[in-house]
Amino acid sequence: MKPIRLADAVELIPEGASLMIGGFMGVGTPERVIDELVRQGKRELTIIANDTAMPGRGIGKLIDAELVRKVVASHIGLNPVTQKQMIEQRITVDLVPQGTLIERIRSGGFGLGGVLTPTGVGTVVEEGKQKIEVDGRSYLLETALRADFALIGAFLSDYLGNLTYALTAQNFNPVMAMAADKTIVTAEHVVPVGFIPPDHVVTPAPLVDYVIANG
Amino acid sequence: MLVNLGIGIPTLVANYVPDGIRVFFQSENGLIGTGPVPEEGLIQPLLSDAAGRPVTALPGACTFDSAMSFGLIRGGHVDMTVLGGLQVDQQGLLANWMIPGKMVPGMGGAMDLVSGAKRVVVAMQHTAKGQPKILKACSLPLTSARPVDLVVSEMAVIAFPDGRAALVERAPGVTVEQILASTEAALAIPDNVPEMKL
Repeated sequence: MKPIRLADAVELIPEGASLMIGGFMGVGTPERVIDELVRQGKRELTIIANDTAMPGRGIGKLIDAELVRKVVASHIGLNPVTQKQMIEQRITVDLVPQGTLIERIRSGGFGLGGVLTPTGVGTVVEEGKQKIEVDGRSYLLETALRADFALIGAFLSDYLGNLTYALTAQNFNPVMAMAADKTIVTAEHVVPVGFIPPDHVVTPAPLVDYVIANG
Repeated sequence: MLVNLGIGIPTLVANYVPDGIRVFFQSENGLIGTGPVPEEGLIQPLLSDAAGRPVTALPGACTFDSAMSFGLIRGGHVDMTVLGGLQVDQQGLLANWMIPGKMVPGMGGAMDLVSGAKRVVVAMQHTAKGQPKILKACSLPLTSARPVDLVVSEMAVIAFPDGRAALVERAPGVTVEQILASTEAALAIPDNVPEMKL
């Protein structure tokens, strides 16, 4: 892990990059990285996330600033701006059942080609997908997802980059931290090595490339 | 028992748990033991429900990531889910996640919940703008190929034994004829249809 200034971290992200962004309706989203993406005006982004929060919050700020080309998410119902841009065909939105989305990301991080899930069988979600029978039950083959960068909101990071998360701010964060080429973390608090007991580390330091302290 | 409540009418279920039953409520964003909305001044921004609103956590609560949360749901560990509905057909198939061309919010966790929970209950208005919502066949995209177990409306309780809709209870003061007039689906009517006990 390397400590990095916020502006320098965001400068690593090229226009057109694919980003996995942790958070659920903005809770657990690395808000300062979002603000800096908007300030630097990084365009044509592909966002993989549970949702696009709401206007003015979290990923919603990237949508407001029209920096997003494609969204892969389970829910955009609480962000009318995302829906408007989708209806006007200015962005593409792939809607994925939430349990399938997290498993596709987990597959990407865990070296799997995908997972078999019963969710979506017999619905529009199965269109274009392989259906596989196992022990008489139907499953859809849902393929792995990866991204160029994972933007992670953690609670604690020690000086090495071992991470813990807080309450419902965990959500997609620990899974996404494994599924991108580079992992950029904001931590609410940076603490000395040893402060986080080994049993409590959720994301091990070797997975973390950069940490920005929120201060 | 572990119960997941959807947004809207289903949220109200938490207010009517009988004494003597231990219920843990799950929020699919990663919480078991969801408590009421905090008093002002006690909001913890990192503790929210599945709509992103601040909640509290009850004694014995635990939090986890989304892979665990949906493992609980898909894996059959959730005893019951109560969800809203747009349409239900006479076999119990549910449509509750989109109206093509009008409302495309995304399915969120609904498809996983209907496919995975042990018991699926739909809590909804019996009709929408006077039109039946319990139909011969859903015109809207389905949420799952798995039928729901029970529909509870302000008029009736309907179950789906053997894949066919059957009236179980009627709301106080509502007649079987009124229910039939507000229902398009073929509805089996037993000899005795008791009133709901409220």
